[in-house]
Amino acid sequence: MDQIDNALTQPEAMISLRNLRVSYGDSEILHGINFDVMPGETLVILGGSGSGKSTLLRTLVGLERPSSGEIWLKGKNIAAISSDEMNAIRKKIGMSFQGGALFGSMTVGENVALPLREHTKLEETTIEIILRLKLDQVGLAGFENYMPSQLSGGMKKRAAVARALAMDPEILFFDEPSAGLDPIIAAGVDQLILELKQAFHMTIIVVTHELASAFLIADRMVLIDKGNVVAIGSTEEMRSSTHPRVRQFLDRIAEPEVSQELDYLQMLTEEYRRPGR
Amino acid sequence: MELTTQIGESVTDGLAYLGALASLGGRAAYFTFIAPFQGKPVRLQRAITQAMQTGVGALPILSLITFFIGLILALQSAYELRKFGALNYVANAVAISMTRELGPLITAIVVIGRSGSAFAAEIGTMKVTEEIDALETMAIDPIQFLVTPKFIAMMVMLPCLTIWANSMGILGGALFGVTQADYTWVRYIRSSLDALFLRDITTGLIKSVVFGMTITAVGCHEGLSTGAGAEQVGRSTTRAVVVSIFLVILVDLVFTALFFFMSER
Repeated sequence: MDQIDNALTQPEAMISLRNLRVSYGDSEILHGINFDVMPGETLVILGGSGSGKSTLLRTLVGLERPSSGEIWLKGKNIAAISSDEMNAIRKKIGMSFQGGALFGSMTVGENVALPLREHTKLEETTIEIILRLKLDQVGLAGFENYMPSQLSGGMKKRAAVARALAMDPEILFFDEPSAGLDPIIAAGVDQLILELKQAFHMTIIVVTHELASAFLIADRMVLIDKGNVVAIGSTEEMRSSTHPRVRQFLDRIAEPEVSQELDYLQMLTEEYRRPGR
Repeated sequence: MELTTQIGESVTDGLAYLGALASLGGRAAYFTFIAPFQGKPVRLQRAITQAMQTGVGALPILSLITFFIGLILALQSAYELRKFGALNYVANAVAISMTRELGPLITAIVVIGRSGSAFAAEIGTMKVTEEIDALETMAIDPIQFLVTPKFIAMMVMLPCLTIWANSMGILGGALFGVTQADYTWVRYIRSSLDALFLRDITTGLIKSVVFGMTITAVGCHEGLSTGAGAEQVGRSTTRAVVVSIFLVILVDLVFTALFFFMSER
């Protein structure tokens, strides 16, 4: 009954999460996540290390099985479908991994063309054209014969985006797009995400803990903490939020130096003194 | 009490491990024999590339090793046969022990060192760098894409390598026979062939196919179960070699016993 209700009340959502729980063994990582992603919007999932945001992303692309709850993606509950159906959905989504995850034994061109060669019956000349187009879109035109090991970190990430775009996905997922990049290169990747958003009206979901990048690219944000959704809203709503957790997260990153040095010192010495007491 | 629980635990762990290997082999068999009829073609090109690496690439070192093993066998059996003045049986001894046992076994061990470890390292690294996950999100089954070509390559190449190893071993024995035991090359080869039954060769080849399956299953399983971090790849590689050698010897024992009791009747 609940399922039908959701389908009726949220007909336009691209992705709907309903009470999603994910566990590794005995420990539950996500404790009942609920939110919707609208078509064409860029949703940024924020959270600290160990908050469960990466697990959430892995669950959304079907790499982890939820222990309970529903994930409605393009009208199907991917928490309860066969692997064949899941693979059909996967052809319509693209994922850019944190380190790029390019296949080291293949050239950049072969990497990008792989999904096309595997899933389509396009002629080789057509694939070549699509390949050049996708590499051009991410600013890597002319790099098709390079091996991934010959590329810099930022270029690897761009190549990974080109591969994720190969099948013209409707939804694009990014895992920590600016992790491990210097600020200028990271800004370039942010710019790329903005361009994709404007040019293709793709639904984009980004997991990150980089606040500057998050506020630049997001339409809406979700803050995850200890496996729960703490807050969800537009960038403006997040910025002006008075929710203590949101403030703590936003301000902590904005001011990495601990302001109350005395408190900090006291905390350290307390810790220090206690065992010797 | 403690001891029995420990024994029980390691037995169930061992059975679970064998189960995992069997399920990996089963899925590879599905992608080789059934999936092509459902419109999912076998990656023949990848299998051929793999066969070149595991098979043709192993020829130089395998030739050298089995030539030496043949020579060693001749020397060792001559040591005993000489006492009975039966040096002209050296050819028989070498031919039978090479084809029935040492050809397949030495081949398997060389292939474990060269390819079994490489499978675990390759797949393990791909696991650590999220390349396996990337395959899955692209709707490409890692078993179909990575593991199945390796199974096909190994099951074809191991018997081929074994035949080559047998010949090189016999050649090694012939070097001793010609220089030390009044054989001519032609007569040594002829008496080797006379000593062999077809059964000796086929049992060796059957074993080598099973060795190929075992090595691939262990190497790929260890690769796929690699944890996070680069040092885990090293662990997987080591485990792949140790477990493969153990299982190959175990499989060898089972099949040798089977052939022994079957030929009794």
